[in-house]
Amino acid sequence: MTTTDRRFPPRAVGTPLDRLDGHAKVTGTARYAYEQPVDAPAYLHAVQATVARGRITAIDTEAAEAVPGVLAVLTHHNAPRLADTGDAELAVLQSDAVAFRGQIIGGVVATTSETARYAASLVRTTYDEQPHDTGLRADRDDLYAPEKVNGGYATDTAQGDVEAALAAAAVTVDRTYSTAMYHNNPMEPLTTVACWADGELTLHDSTQGVHMVRSQVAPLFRLETEQVHVVSPHVGGGFGSKGTPHAPVVLAAMAAHLVPGRPVKFALTRQQMFSLAGYRTPTVQRVRLGADRDGRLAALSVDAISQTSRIKEFAEQTAVPSRTMYAAPHRRTTHRVARLDVPVPSWMRAPGECPGMFGAEVAMDELADACGVDPVELRVRNEPETDPESGLPFSSRNLVACLREGARRIGWERRDPTPRARYEEGRLVGLGVAASVYPVLWMPGSSATVRAGADGRYTVSIGAADLGTGTWTALTQIAADALDVPVERVELRIGDTVFPPASVAGGSSGITAWGSAVVHAARRMRESFGESPHEGAEATGETGDNPATERFAMYAFGAQFAEIRVHPETGEVRVPRLVGVFAAGRIVNPKTARSQLIGGMTMGLSMALHEQSYFDDHVGQVANHDFAEYHIATNADVDRIEASWLDEDDPHVNPMGTKGIGEIGIVGTAAAVANAAYNATGVRVRDLPITLDKFLDS
Amino acid sequence: MKPFDYRRADDVAAAVALLSRDREAVFLGGGTNLVDHLRLGVATPGLLVDITRLPLDRIEELPDGGVRVGGTVRNSDLAADPLIRERYPVLSQALLSGASGQLRNLATTGGNLLQRTRCVYFQDVTTACNKRVPGSGCSALEGYQRYHAILGASPDCIATHPSDMAVAMAVLDAVVQVTGPDGERAVPLGDFHRLPGDEPQHDTVLRHGELVTAMDLPALPDGMTSLYRKVRDRASYAFALVSVAAALDVRDGVVADVRIALGGVAHKPWRAARAERELRGAPATDDSFRRAAEAELSAAQPVAGNAFKVPLARNTLVATLRELTGRTPR
Repeated sequence: MTTTDRRFPPRAVGTPLDRLDGHAKVTGTARYAYEQPVDAPAYLHAVQATVARGRITAIDTEAAEAVPGVLAVLTHHNAPRLADTGDAELAVLQSDAVAFRGQIIGGVVATTSETARYAASLVRTTYDEQPHDTGLRADRDDLYAPEKVNGGYATDTAQGDVEAALAAAAVTVDRTYSTAMYHNNPMEPLTTVACWADGELTLHDSTQGVHMVRSQVAPLFRLETEQVHVVSPHVGGGFGSKGTPHAPVVLAAMAAHLVPGRPVKFALTRQQMFSLAGYRTPTVQRVRLGADRDGRLAALSVDAISQTSRIKEFAEQTAVPSRTMYAAPHRRTTHRVARLDVPVPSWMRAPGECPGMFGAEVAMDELADACGVDPVELRVRNEPETDPESGLPFSSRNLVACLREGARRIGWERRDPTPRARYEEGRLVGLGVAASVYPVLWMPGSSATVRAGADGRYTVSIGAADLGTGTWTALTQIAADALDVPVERVELRIGDTVFPPASVAGGSSGITAWGSAVVHAARRMRESFGESPHEGAEATGETGDNPATERFAMYAFGAQFAEIRVHPETGEVRVPRLVGVFAAGRIVNPKTARSQLIGGMTMGLSMALHEQSYFDDHVGQVANHDFAEYHIATNADVDRIEASWLDEDDPHVNPMGTKGIGEIGIVGTAAAVANAAYNATGVRVRDLPITLDKFLDS
Repeated sequence: MKPFDYRRADDVAAAVALLSRDREAVFLGGGTNLVDHLRLGVATPGLLVDITRLPLDRIEELPDGGVRVGGTVRNSDLAADPLIRERYPVLSQALLSGASGQLRNLATTGGNLLQRTRCVYFQDVTTACNKRVPGSGCSALEGYQRYHAILGASPDCIATHPSDMAVAMAVLDAVVQVTGPDGERAVPLGDFHRLPGDEPQHDTVLRHGELVTAMDLPALPDGMTSLYRKVRDRASYAFALVSVAAALDVRDGVVADVRIALGGVAHKPWRAARAERELRGAPATDDSFRRAAEAELSAAQPVAGNAFKVPLARNTLVATLRELTGRTPR
């Protein structure tokens, strides 16, 4: 079947329905993983390596075991032997090797969390320490080309003759940009409650996908998939950190194995989130642009460098968005990776697009400046007719309309292209623009079940996740329209492996994938049982293949505008206004969508001005590993953030016409702010974050 | 955290007695810093003596025109007190620029004064730190230095004192009232905190068992206006990169009197005596302010990660003094 052959008229879809889980959340009755009421829980605290590379020569647990209340101490000596699933990050306590500082080397189970933490501090470890290497630099001689980059994209691409086109170009930009290391820090850290009973494992886990956890944890413990139960109805944010299992859930399952029948509760401390939950790699991006005097690109080249860990490869697809943004006959993109003694990088909101659109979109601003062309106009001039590298037509592309509408909203005509031209209320004032992009990912493999109840009510079940993003509400709206009933008649069930399999909440694909399955199931229900099915009638639908993905390039686009104010003496930076206009297909719920987009832009603002994990290469870890020192934008830093969208009807993407909005809001924000900073001050910041010291004269 | 005992003290004498017979005992005020340290293993006391019920929570006028602030007055109460807001705006401003509303509601005046550095290595027991473990080394010398000292540091320690309140108190010539096993004593605020030298483990001159019962704030001389200016990496809830507390009296365009203290630059609130000397009698102009700032900062010894603080401190000091003159820039 094709999932796009029939579409339904939206009724509930498109309305700003209040969050169905809102009351439970604001009254504190929505239970998160750690809060599950379980009998006589034990508590786990992790023991972490204090060297960045080496071998454990001795691990003394005697003092820890002697603490009253301690039930078990886990080390690589007594840990259950796991099956080798080829994922070294999950091979917890399987050897004496230390691959990064902060790696789990043990765990203490005790009757209280305080006791577990105290006893963990008493574990004494000696190491055969080896010199570590943690510094990412563009001039390393051991950078390598990975087989693929994250998302399954080609590592390198090339068309035409970039070098010749650059040499012949009237105007060129050749600059190197860098983004910092960033850590996903949802309010709720990684948490798990694990319990073994009758040879089966139950995990209350804070995750972006219950079925994904089950399918990866089960083989580690040599269990059938059905012997692992994962429950996760509410998640306190993920941002990618919960998109794939990390070591902690494995440690929790191991610890629970030592106290069978007794649930073990485990939550990472905030500090531990900086070594065990993934992070966004720092990137170095050399961007070269060649254009005629009117700014029309002849050549576009992006060479991106990132880091990965010794034990597991993650290659950020930093240059991938540049394959889609602008027309240029001669183009190339490359990715190179340094393998270092660092924690395992992973997904963080819009991997690839988020860091990659910093260098690329600041470079476009530099080109606009060099050509004397308005930055909005420059982007319009380089709008491609088809996807530049694949040659496919776009299923829909409304970047130009986003740029025009955003320019109108921010008052772009007030912008003086000359830097340092605006001085108001003791501050240098500037405006900047950047584009946003995010692919429409098609994730097959989800299924949903619709069951008819009494009185025309329906239960819709799918093992999907709500990270605080609005799944409970938006999926209910989709189900209601697909069944052609009011939302009050639909009871949604998600976040549990008892429900049908669902793809992970990642790549902004959740609503697209799960919604397609729900629509299919609803259609089957009507086909099999008509308008008045008997109570107990059931129908299941799947997210199958979408052949249109072969015929069209599918992307959401957006434009972000920033107004910035910089103190001329102290360099203090404030962003009083951000405007984002997006073209992201049909918006299921304008209320939760606005929250998603504003949230993404806020995170982008935070990346622009504040966030930076300072990696201490001597010690071998992130130095500023708490919320006092790792700065995230506070309310006082966030002033007016306006997110809006264009009506976009895309018949090709999926039955709902949705494109996904979870990530595009963070793409381009930092570039817009940096470009505004240049307009305000004449200082071109090419290395994030945009901190006050970058504006100070000595 | 390491298990500990807890006692609530009923009066000052009892609190001091509890500590003086137990080297492992510490006072517990608002707990906003100490409780973090208990969790992190930075502090491992055997006994917490809760002093928050002691009758030290009053703000009262002194006969000489000054004000006495009790040691357990909460930061938020102190910041909002009409007497403080009217007579010592610099102190109220400093308090409100620190921490968050929730933390200020808990934190005490004495505890604020005694809070410990936020150097990331001091707070991480897996790294070397001479302040936490004397002789273990200083990780900051080759590490994260953005919040570290440019003045008065030593090869053993480049930590800064994190308080905003104490910087304002330094400019107010506050006097710390202390009760200890050997009785009461008064310590001028400028002498209360130490420079690190080769004993960075000692933040202050306080001896074990001594309790800060009050801070006395002398009246600011007539004609002096005061201001606190904090520069930080985000608009709220961040420690100062540089802060300036200043009090200024300008007559006929000439600086009649001035007091300046800098925060975020040293192991203690940094009273800028040299800048003050340069300014007294000088015309109240940007040029004078800049010369005075440069004179003070000529002793600065920044490290690679905080060299920007020298121009930042200079510029912030100039801007703050200018603001006190009521002029606008340029």
